[in-house]
Amino acid sequence: MAGVRLLVGTRKGAFILTSDGARKNWAVAGPHFAGWEMYHLKGSPADPNRIYASQSTGWHGQIVQRSDDGGVTWNPVGNKFTYDGVPGTHQWYDGTPHPWEFKRVWHFEPSLTDPDHVYAGIEDAALFESKDGGTNWTELSGLRTHTTGSAWSPGAGGMCLHTVLLDPSNPKRIVIAISAAGAFRTDDGGATWKPINRGLRSEYIPDPNAEVGHCVHHIAAHPSRPNTLFMQKHWDVMRSDDAGDQWHEVSGNLPTDFGFVIDVHAHEPETLYVVPIKSDREHFVPDGQLRVFRSRTGGNDWEPLSKGLPDRDCYVNVLRDAMSVDRLDKCGVYFGTSGGQVYASADAGDSWTAIVHDLPPVLSVEAQTLP
Amino acid sequence: MPLIRVELPGHLRTLARIGGHEVALEVAEPVTIARTLDALEAAYPMLCGTIRDHTTQKRRDFLRFFACQQDLSLDPTDEPLPDGIVNGREPLIILGAVAGG
Repeated sequence: MAGVRLLVGTRKGAFILTSDGARKNWAVAGPHFAGWEMYHLKGSPADPNRIYASQSTGWHGQIVQRSDDGGVTWNPVGNKFTYDGVPGTHQWYDGTPHPWEFKRVWHFEPSLTDPDHVYAGIEDAALFESKDGGTNWTELSGLRTHTTGSAWSPGAGGMCLHTVLLDPSNPKRIVIAISAAGAFRTDDGGATWKPINRGLRSEYIPDPNAEVGHCVHHIAAHPSRPNTLFMQKHWDVMRSDDAGDQWHEVSGNLPTDFGFVIDVHAHEPETLYVVPIKSDREHFVPDGQLRVFRSRTGGNDWEPLSKGLPDRDCYVNVLRDAMSVDRLDKCGVYFGTSGGQVYASADAGDSWTAIVHDLPPVLSVEAQTLP
Repeated sequence: MPLIRVELPGHLRTLARIGGHEVALEVAEPVTIARTLDALEAAYPMLCGTIRDHTTQKRRDFLRFFACQQDLSLDPTDEPLPDGIVNGREPLIILGAVAGG
């Protein structure tokens, strides 16, 4: 019987939650790497037992862990992320030039076909890849050395490359996103990149329609429609139907269009999920009520999903990599909160259950659908 | 070659799968912090980058080096360590800064 494995990264370790296809009863394993910040764990689509995990602390820096048995055992692999050439500078918070400095890995994106090939999105913003299972890392420096790179500046959480989307129909095309530089796309396997931010409007930068400088929080796409991208920006939920060349807003009737996560139903490319957050001053949900909003129309028309979610006294946040979907029928939807809860829906969002209540603050959730 | 005792923070002992608080490493004389870390990283490659930067070899900010009741964190890492470390009477202590809250 098919099953689901959730890879949960938290401020104080990683947890692995597993269930059969019914998704009612969950086993909780962990903490793995107790006491370390686990920004992200992700499994290879080509081999679900191959998992990469980003482990870090301010004391000891970055470790990359790899499992070849579905997260039962782990081994550290390469952790040397050296920028290509002389890194130069980007713009600091006060507008002065600041040297590029590696801080941590925010996101791993394993290749769709090769378990040994994996991309790493890092802070300060750059994209690295490993073709030997994480032993050695090489920068795809055409991104960081883009002519706009020296003008990129960090968001409050750091200048992180947090989103990496691989196009199943075109191995040369990758879309990435950086807070707070914006979205970029390569069509030649990472050699050259172009900003894809036309249509984004951000009132918090001097030119609201600038080519770069937008605080993109997350981008999602359905594998069958790689040219259709959905974005949760700092404020605004956006959509592009031409791989990012032009965006338009689809926030519609959301109670607030600030938020971090966005994801797409596994079988319905026009069904989206977001978790609205009250504002960028108050990083918690509106009115003390935790609500997932679903659009079945590709945006604009949104419905609140509340069955099983807290109705009162709830003031959690849901961070950018903390939502995921499985590929079962019905589609399972999962998200983790800053309060340490991981919620699951086995019916595409109609109802929710907290799998766990009291983990450390959740940084990331990735669902693996197991045969 | 002197056998140098090194005491590691708990997270690094777990990472390197070291039982107990210390490891003992053969280090060529003159015994320095840099040479001791070279030997440590050769024996436990997973510790590369966790105590000092891969490229600059600078000590990570939140770690300190203590030896024989002295804080050597700001000293050059190629200076000879005290006799108490070289003769194995005391360990070189690599310590994480405390975190409260």
